[in-house]
Amino acid sequence: MMSETKTMNMIEAINNALDIMLERDRDVVLMGEDIGYFGGVFRATAGLQKKYGKTRVFDTPISECGIIGAGVGMAAYGLRPVPEIQFADYIYPGLDQLVSEAARLRYRSAGDFICPMTVRSPFGGGIFGGQTHSQSPESLFTHVCGIKTVVPSNPYDAKGLLIAAIEDNDPVIFFEPKRIYNGPFSGYYDRPVEPWSKHAASAVPEGYYRIELGKAGIVREGEALTILTYGTMVHVVQTVVAEMGIDAEIVDLRTLLPLDVETIEESVKKTGRCLVVHEATRTSGFGAELAALVQERCFYHLEAAVERVTGFDTPYPHSLEWAYFPGPVRISSAIEKIMKD
Amino acid sequence: MTGTKSNLEHLRLHIPEPKFRPGDEADFSDIAIPEVDAITRPDETSVPADIRALAYGLVRVLDDDHQAKGSWNPGLDAEQLRLMLRNMMLTRAFDDRMFRAQRQGKTSFYMKSTGEEATSVATAMALAGDDMCFPSYRQQGILITRGYPLVKMMNQIYSNRQDHLKGRQLPIMYSAPEHSFFTISGNLATQYPQAVGWAMASASRGDTRISAVWCGEGSTAEGDFHSAMTFAAVYNAPVIMQVVNNQWAISSFSGIAGGERTTFAARGLGYGIASLRVDGNDPLAVYAAMRWAADRARTNNGPTFIEYFTYRAEGHSTSDDPAAYRAAKEFEKWPLGDPVDRLKKHLIGLGEWSEEQHQALHEELAEFVKKSQKEAEANGILGHGMHQPFETMFEDVFEEMPWHLKEQCAQMIEEQHRKFGPEWEPK
Repeated sequence: MMSETKTMNMIEAINNALDIMLERDRDVVLMGEDIGYFGGVFRATAGLQKKYGKTRVFDTPISECGIIGAGVGMAAYGLRPVPEIQFADYIYPGLDQLVSEAARLRYRSAGDFICPMTVRSPFGGGIFGGQTHSQSPESLFTHVCGIKTVVPSNPYDAKGLLIAAIEDNDPVIFFEPKRIYNGPFSGYYDRPVEPWSKHAASAVPEGYYRIELGKAGIVREGEALTILTYGTMVHVVQTVVAEMGIDAEIVDLRTLLPLDVETIEESVKKTGRCLVVHEATRTSGFGAELAALVQERCFYHLEAAVERVTGFDTPYPHSLEWAYFPGPVRISSAIEKIMKD
Repeated sequence: MTGTKSNLEHLRLHIPEPKFRPGDEADFSDIAIPEVDAITRPDETSVPADIRALAYGLVRVLDDDHQAKGSWNPGLDAEQLRLMLRNMMLTRAFDDRMFRAQRQGKTSFYMKSTGEEATSVATAMALAGDDMCFPSYRQQGILITRGYPLVKMMNQIYSNRQDHLKGRQLPIMYSAPEHSFFTISGNLATQYPQAVGWAMASASRGDTRISAVWCGEGSTAEGDFHSAMTFAAVYNAPVIMQVVNNQWAISSFSGIAGGERTTFAARGLGYGIASLRVDGNDPLAVYAAMRWAADRARTNNGPTFIEYFTYRAEGHSTSDDPAAYRAAKEFEKWPLGDPVDRLKKHLIGLGEWSEEQHQALHEELAEFVKKSQKEAEANGILGHGMHQPFETMFEDVFEEMPWHLKEQCAQMIEEQHRKFGPEWEPK
C-alpha cells in the first residue's frame, strides 16, 4: 500500500487529488465559477483557496469561453491549469477554445506550444436536473483529435486518474458523474442511496498515486459476455449482472480516449458477446465507436451482434427522467437478447 | 522560467474579493447614492454620446422620504401605483409559497426574486403587452404582471399532468408565447442575442413591437452578451437590454463580473448604446427608465442598455445557502431598501394607502396563492405518478418523429410493461 487509506466519497477523493497536486506542483492552478471561497457548488474545491491562496485557487467570471481560453494562455506560459466548468451542460460556450485551440496547439505548432490543462466538469443525470444539468457530452470530445477524455466511476479511480490527468502534457477533459458523487447508484432510484463507505473503492490512499490514462479496469471477470461501460453505469450494470446471476465480464473503460483497446479485444475474444452501456444519447454516441471497434477486431469471435444500451435520443427530460435513464430493465433486456442469439 | 528584467517590481495577480464574508458586519455606507435628478431626464431622441453620464449616475424617483420627485417621475395615478404594488406583492407571495413547496419535497428546484420584484413588475408595466420579453430565470414578475395564471406556473413547477411544457423543463423555466414571453433557458445570456434578433426581425418587417431582454450582472461576462451588444448597435435594433445587478452570482460578488472598475451600465458606452444606471429598488425609477427606453426603441432611436442596481435578498436558488458565502443581514442593510416597502410608503404618503389595507392585501394574496397551489397540486406534484404520459418524452424533438425515435418510444413502452406488468397502458 502506498500510504494509509481513508474512506472517501468521490468529492473527497477529487478534492484530495487537487490538494496533492497543488502541494506538489506550484504550476497547478484551479479556477472556475464559485470554486474559491465557496469551494464549488459540489464542494470539490472546499478548503483549497484557504490553503493555497487566492492566486492559485480562484473564482472566475461566468464565461466558459474565458475560463478555457485563459487556461490555454496559462498553459502557454507554463502553468498547469485545472479549470472547472460547473456543469458539463454549460461547456458549449467554451468549445471553440477547447476544440480549435487546446486540442490543436501541439499539432499546429509542431510541439512549440502545448496545453497541459485538465478541464473538470460534473456530468450525467439522475438528479432531476432537467436538460441543462444532466447531459453526457463525452462523445463530442472523443470526436475531436487532441483531447483525452476520462470518466471515473469511483473514489479510488477518480483520485488516481485526476492526478494522472493533471500530470499529462495534453489537454484532458475529466467528466465526473455527479449522480455517484456521494454513493454508487444501483439504478433503482426508489431505493435508498448507499454511501461510498460501504464500497471497497472508497478506501483511498491518502498520498500520491496515479492510475494511468488509457487503461481500463475489469470490475468483474466473467465468461458469458463482455459489458463495456463507464461512469455511473458501471454500478447499474453490476446490480443487473448480480440480479440476473449471469457470468458477465464488466469492463470499466475509465479513459475513453486513448482507449484501452487491448483489454476490450481480449475480453470480447474470450466471451464472444459484447454489450455497450452508456447514459449518453445513442446516435453517434461513444457506443457506436465501441461497437465498430469490436466488430473490426473481434468479428470472427462474435456469437451475437454487439448491442448498445443508452439514453434515448431526446433532451434529458425533467419529470420523466427515470423512463429516460438506461436503467436495469433496459440493460437486462439487452443482456437477454444477446444471450439468446 | 521568469523574465530577464529582474530589477523590475514583480507583477501581481489581482483577485477581486467582496468587502464582507460570513462573520463580517456588512456596511454599505460607501455606496454613493446621488440625489433625485442629479442628472435630469434627457429627451428620448438624445444621441448616446450626449448622455454618457447617465451610465455612471443613478436614476431615482422616490426620495429618502418616499416622495416621487424630479424629471424622471412617470406621474402614474394612484390606481396604477396600487396595481404595481399588488403585482410585486403577489410575486413575493408566490415565491414564498413555491420555495416552501420545494422544501416540502413537492418539486426539485425553485428560485425566488425577493427584493428584485420591481425589475420585472415595473418593467413589464412600462412595456406594451405584446412587446416581446426574453427573460432570464428570475423574472417571474413579468408573467404575474401580464396576468399569466398562477396555477399554470405551478403546474410547470410541479412538472405535473397539466404542465404545458410536458414536464420536460426544470421548475421556473416557463414559456408563454401568448404573453409574449420567450421560453427560458438554463444556459446563461443565450437570450441576449436572441432578443436582438427578434427586434431586428420586427424592424425589418416594419412592425411596431419591440423586444426586451434581462440577464444578471454575472452573465454579462458571457460572449453572448457582447455579441448581442454589437448586433444591437450595428443594426440600431429596437431592443432594451437590461442587467439586473443583484450583487451576487451564486457565491461570486459583482466584482468577479467586472464590477470593481466601472458600472455595468457603462459597458453599453463602448458599443455606442444609450446606457442608464437605475435604482432597481425604486419601482418608479425602473418604470421611468423602461418607458424612456421603450419610447426610444419604438421611435427608431435605437437600443438602450439599462443596469438595475439592486440586491438578491435570498439565495441563488433552493440549491445554495447564502450564509456560507456572504455576511448576514446584508439585505436589511442595503441602502436602497426594499421595493415593496418603498412603494407602500409612497402610497401611504399620498394618502392612497394604509397599513391596514396593506395587511389586508398581504393576506388576500397569500390566500389566493394558497388556493391556486391547492388547485395545481390536484394535477400532481413531482415524482408522484401524475406526470405527463411517458410517450410525450419523444414528441417535439422534431416536428415529425423520425424512425429512430419511434423505435425508442416503442422500446420505452415495452420497458414499462416489464416494470409494471402487461396490463400497463400508456396514458
